[in-house]
Amino acid sequence: MLGGSATAFSRSLFGQALPHLIVIGGGFGGATCARELKRHGLNVTLVEPNLIYTACPFSNAVIAGLRPIEAQQFRLDVVKQGGVVVAQQWAVRVEPGARRVFLVDGSSLQYDRLVLAPGIDLRFDALPGYDEAASAMLPHAWKAGEQTELLRRQLEAMEDGGTVIIAAPSNPFRCPPGPYERASLIAHYLKTHKPRSKLIILDAKDTFSKQRLFQAAWQELYPNLIEWVSLSSGGKVNEVNAKTRTLTTDFGHHTGDVVNVIPPQRAGQITHVAGAADRSGWCPIDPVTFESRLQPNIHVIGDSSIAGGMPKSAFSANAQAKVCAAAIVSLLRGQPPSAPKLINTCYSLVAPDYGISVAGVYRPANGVLTDVEGAGGTSPPNAPPSFRSLEATYAQAWFETITTEVFG
Amino acid sequence: MRTIIVAAILLAAIAPASAQSVAPPGAAACSGCHALGVGSASIPPLSGQTPESIVTAMQAFRMGQRQATVMDRIAKGFSDEETRAIADWVGQKR
Repeated sequence: MLGGSATAFSRSLFGQALPHLIVIGGGFGGATCARELKRHGLNVTLVEPNLIYTACPFSNAVIAGLRPIEAQQFRLDVVKQGGVVVAQQWAVRVEPGARRVFLVDGSSLQYDRLVLAPGIDLRFDALPGYDEAASAMLPHAWKAGEQTELLRRQLEAMEDGGTVIIAAPSNPFRCPPGPYERASLIAHYLKTHKPRSKLIILDAKDTFSKQRLFQAAWQELYPNLIEWVSLSSGGKVNEVNAKTRTLTTDFGHHTGDVVNVIPPQRAGQITHVAGAADRSGWCPIDPVTFESRLQPNIHVIGDSSIAGGMPKSAFSANAQAKVCAAAIVSLLRGQPPSAPKLINTCYSLVAPDYGISVAGVYRPANGVLTDVEGAGGTSPPNAPPSFRSLEATYAQAWFETITTEVFG
Repeated sequence: MRTIIVAAILLAAIAPASAQSVAPPGAAACSGCHALGVGSASIPPLSGQTPESIVTAMQAFRMGQRQATVMDRIAKGFSDEETRAIADWVGQKR
């Protein structure tokens, strides 16, 4: 196994008490970090209320009817078998001074270092008319699970000739290409099952991830089916009426038969409680150790962190988790952590056999994770169908490999 | 190729044993796609690669001499020395 016994901590190094690490959140970042720390022989508790994790990558394929939700679900059993103690509860409070985490049942846990990996919170206070009750009618489907299935059912129930609306948020948010992959795969479903239907994207931005590639593919695969309304064309949604399924922008009203509102987001609630989030709603971190800039001995990885050029993706969270775990091991040993390099690769499906990607390589520079110049970028424009098909195959292979590394 | 092998021998000689298990910069991210154990059918697992084959492939990707979908974009983010360190680390995991 990674790390191996050669690097394991022995009790003699630390007296009788082995360092205790707590990780909050059992997704791509948290589960990876907990397992990495455990491989170094440390005491690790993972605080996660759900023993089954529902993964977001590829959940757009579930919405489009291309994949069952079960293919997105992963159990924490193997993580437990590896020796990570799983506290199946919500963490409700952190006292950074006392280095304690308080759980919903009233008990508390002491830590030497704490890793926060709670993902995102949807802001139900940011868009007038869109609160949690509204999301039961107009799903966000931006946390995979019941919401994913709800949006799927609504699309299935919609008559041919209907209008689907996706409201996309401004930056930063989880999975920058996600709304556009979703639009693509829903368009694929409409084209093949309800060809008289339309899809409108109301966007709070003027540019988006892999834009050239998406728009060229839409022209080619879904002409006259997808309409993208940019911020400057009046795409920003200011108000939601869930009952009438109407979205109001500066320029007018849009009523849809199926309406998917992806609301503004912020770092997971526990980061705010712990004092690790700043006024932006996200968590500033040291790019070498992922230690919070605001709270010593607390590290933040994944979507909650402000990771400079790195997007909020499962790949990023997994890569950051491994770097963070290695840095924590160095810090516990009293050694200086070495400056990392990180990679991200995000695949999007425009159709089942049409994949595109964006990649980046990152290093700490001037206190933030910065793109390595000359590296990264998107798939080439004008690539042949065989290239797009290969990237769709690689997207699937990536998902299998990463979920095996994290949960298998 | 000869200089690469010489460099590898030198590096192996000076690197202390304790440092070998620490992932060099960038190495930890590889396994996001390339499995350290049994991998998928379409993306080559790291466990099947020798350090030499990794160095050769990364150089070819970086120089645009080998067809790629994404590895050309990633390889350009790593120097010869960084690539060598990653390849050697992967070699220990095999």
